[in-house]
Amino acid sequence: MLWILSVIAGLGLLGFLLGRGRAVASAGGDVRLLHSLPTYYGLNVTLLTMVPAVLVLGIWLIIQPIVINNAVTASLPADYLAQTDNPALVMTEVRRLASGFDVAVERGLFTNPEVATLDVTDDTIRDQLAGIGVALGADVSTEVLAAAQQFRVLAVTGRTWMLVVVFALAVAGLGYAFLRTNKDQRARNSVERAILGILIAASTLAILTTVGIVLSMLWDTRNFFQLYPWQDFFFGLEWRPSFEGGSELGLIPLLWGTMYISFIALLVAAPIGLFAAIYMAEYASGRVRSVAKPLIEVLAGIPTIVYGLFALITVGPMLRDYFAQPLGLGDSSSSVMTAGIVMGIMLIPFVSSLSDDIINAVPQSLRDGSYGLGATRSETIKQVILPAALPGIVGAVLLAASRAIGETMIVVLGAGAAARLDLNPFEAMTTVTVKIVGQLTGDTDFSSPEALVAFALGLTLFVITLCLNIVALVVVRKYREQYD
Amino acid sequence: MTDAVNTPAATPERSLFAADARTSRRNRSEKRFRAYGMAAVGIGILALIVLLISILGNGLSAFKQTYISYPLELTEERLDPDGNRDPGEMARVTTFGYLPVLAMSLEAWLEAEGIEHEMGGRELAAMLSEEAPAQIRAMVLANPDLIGQTIDVQILLGGRIDGFFKGRVTMETAERDRNVSVNQLLLAQTLAERGDVVTRFNWDFITWPDASGSRPEAAGLGVAIIGSLYMMIVVLVLALPIGVAASIYLEEFAPTNRLTDLIEVNISNLAAVPSIVYGILGLAVFINFMEFNQSSPLVGGLVLTLMTLPTIIIATRASLRAVPPSIRQAALGLGASKMQSVFHHVLPLAMPGILTGTIIGLAQALGETAPLLLIGMVAFVREYPDLVSSHSNSFPLMGDGATALPVQVYSWTQRSDPAFVERASGAIIVLLIFLLIMNAIAILLRRRFERRW
Repeated sequence: MLWILSVIAGLGLLGFLLGRGRAVASAGGDVRLLHSLPTYYGLNVTLLTMVPAVLVLGIWLIIQPIVINNAVTASLPADYLAQTDNPALVMTEVRRLASGFDVAVERGLFTNPEVATLDVTDDTIRDQLAGIGVALGADVSTEVLAAAQQFRVLAVTGRTWMLVVVFALAVAGLGYAFLRTNKDQRARNSVERAILGILIAASTLAILTTVGIVLSMLWDTRNFFQLYPWQDFFFGLEWRPSFEGGSELGLIPLLWGTMYISFIALLVAAPIGLFAAIYMAEYASGRVRSVAKPLIEVLAGIPTIVYGLFALITVGPMLRDYFAQPLGLGDSSSSVMTAGIVMGIMLIPFVSSLSDDIINAVPQSLRDGSYGLGATRSETIKQVILPAALPGIVGAVLLAASRAIGETMIVVLGAGAAARLDLNPFEAMTTVTVKIVGQLTGDTDFSSPEALVAFALGLTLFVITLCLNIVALVVVRKYREQYD
Repeated sequence: MTDAVNTPAATPERSLFAADARTSRRNRSEKRFRAYGMAAVGIGILALIVLLISILGNGLSAFKQTYISYPLELTEERLDPDGNRDPGEMARVTTFGYLPVLAMSLEAWLEAEGIEHEMGGRELAAMLSEEAPAQIRAMVLANPDLIGQTIDVQILLGGRIDGFFKGRVTMETAERDRNVSVNQLLLAQTLAERGDVVTRFNWDFITWPDASGSRPEAAGLGVAIIGSLYMMIVVLVLALPIGVAASIYLEEFAPTNRLTDLIEVNISNLAAVPSIVYGILGLAVFINFMEFNQSSPLVGGLVLTLMTLPTIIIATRASLRAVPPSIRQAALGLGASKMQSVFHHVLPLAMPGILTGTIIGLAQALGETAPLLLIGMVAFVREYPDLVSSHSNSFPLMGDGATALPVQVYSWTQRSDPAFVERASGAIIVLLIFLLIMNAIAILLRRRFERRW
């Protein structure tokens, strides 16, 4: 792969030199006669050489595995597929064998023609491959061997054609652009058009990402709802996945845990964040502010896994020993409280920074008016500044809430994995994000509802946080326009 | 005004300087309110301090490790039975073959030194780390001339004995623990007093790969650091140019139309999407659909790139906006094209801000865990990933499995041996040091190139 790219880059460089040279030559060495600067002629050739070739290369790399996969799956005998309960697993086996052969050829165990003529009567394939560190799941059957051989043939053919097409494109682009180069060509204009195209392509990546997120989750969510009734998912009160089938996959306990933990987190973060913002905006001297503000903002830059570990080793055991056990509320060190408090600490800077900005945006004239009437500072803050800043503060808290709902690592390490509907804040509970991780890590089979449910959970989470974000952004933005 | 003249001046009952009940209530409430604010700031900073102390307190000891040194006799009849120093034959002696060599030397040395202990050979050998025979084997295979010699080496002690010197294991817990005995601890203490057992700085924690759940003493961060590094390279190579290109378009060229609006709304939304959703995207698109290798730094890097892009775009747009229009107008006035004015004048001036934003984005990506769990980076990896994968069927660049620093922390917290908590905290210290360095660079860049127009 690297060498293909470097050959293309080499051709591009060659094109640059040739194009520039030809342009200068066509002007008889007098640069002033050219329409554009000489560099642009070179760049023009480079772009035409590299861009189509790299584009085709990228698309080819994405499409080739899919095409080969379909071709090989189609060529597997139907009765063989009917025997196994999962065609996808057969293809995994085929691919593993094929890549095993690649390794074997590389290490000199087989040669390529030998692989092509291997025969399943030769039972030693599995052992031989194991000898060089390729582990196969089961003994190799005739069908899988044939499919793997076909897979390799197709892969080699595809690769060869890819090289031919890509290099042909690069050379053709080089030749075409080179031949068109002369002193009157409007090289700068075409280069700038091409660059603008690249810039637009880069910025549409944001749309592509969103489309990718939505499509990837919609697709598998649809598969999930074909296997599991949606009423049971959205209204089920039990979460009991079991990989032998007969799982109960109800959303409600997870949603309850998510909301409970987020609520406690906001109960910690909102007042502390707000008061910190008020103090820093209204009371603190410049020196205090310049020290305290960055220190609090450090809290936002710490990775969430660090908070998770903090919850696990410090906060959890402390809450258990000093609160839960003396109060008789349970003896679990992972609990809603643990995760909520630690998450609240993480969210303090989110609330305080945004509120700080918003309080600072309240015009001084309002404050002066209030002081002029004889109000104290705190009365001014309570009766003038906070009401004026309220929409913005609500927006900040909503943004923090969407962070809390989407937070994963603190909950994984701090709140446990038990899905339950309970009011006791010292019990372990779990959230949507934890279950997404739980259902998708380890060896998962993507045709079972137990794994696919993660995509439905992901989509639910995405929709909830998206709504919160949009509401929060609208609220913040609307408020900001008032004084601008 | 006339009223004022007619009313007799009210004689003040007391001095204006003595506050009445209402005023002093208001003043108290003012003080209280101010104290709330101070308390809130205090709680925030206190939380940061407690967090750091807790991590440092738990993790600093991971950088130290306990070793025993004694003369080790590498006997020929066990390690190279035929005596011909053929590497192929010597490689046939497995790690298990080395264990008795280590144990017998230890026993013989204790006897020669006259150190009393009440343990059998098996219990004595169990003091050493299970990793030690493998290390000595690797050392011998690399240098066959060692066979037959008696060498002085420092050998890793087991995790529990290491824990004893770090205060994690005590005589009382040892009585209840199947993995360590009081006799072992007593002997270790005696040897430590003689100076044969030492706890010293442990480079291997930073360079070695992860170890299995039964030997925390040999677990290191090497593979995780390499994996994180590869991912950062992928993010930097992809996110910086794409992010800058997108920002330039949106800030300098985009007309105000539906498409631009859509893109802008999208970017601000993407910045707030929960990170785990990016993990689902990576799993569905890169692994299930495009069939890249699970747990490869390439896939991790791609996912983190998509996550980081909005951060970089937002920062870059802010710093492009900060370049005054006069610069652009001057360039245009001298005959530069719009594109030239941007690339030759605006972009270089905005560069410090762009780099600062990029570093902050990278720091975020470096600490991200949840999406990487979904694409399988949690796998146990012992081999250092190659920059170029050897499997020709996979995407060659960085296609091998690897793990990443935050994911390594997570997988250590999931293991039962409490010694791994120490390792996890130690790994976090390394992670935080990296973040500190990155943020320091960002601040320096900002200071160094800050300019006012």
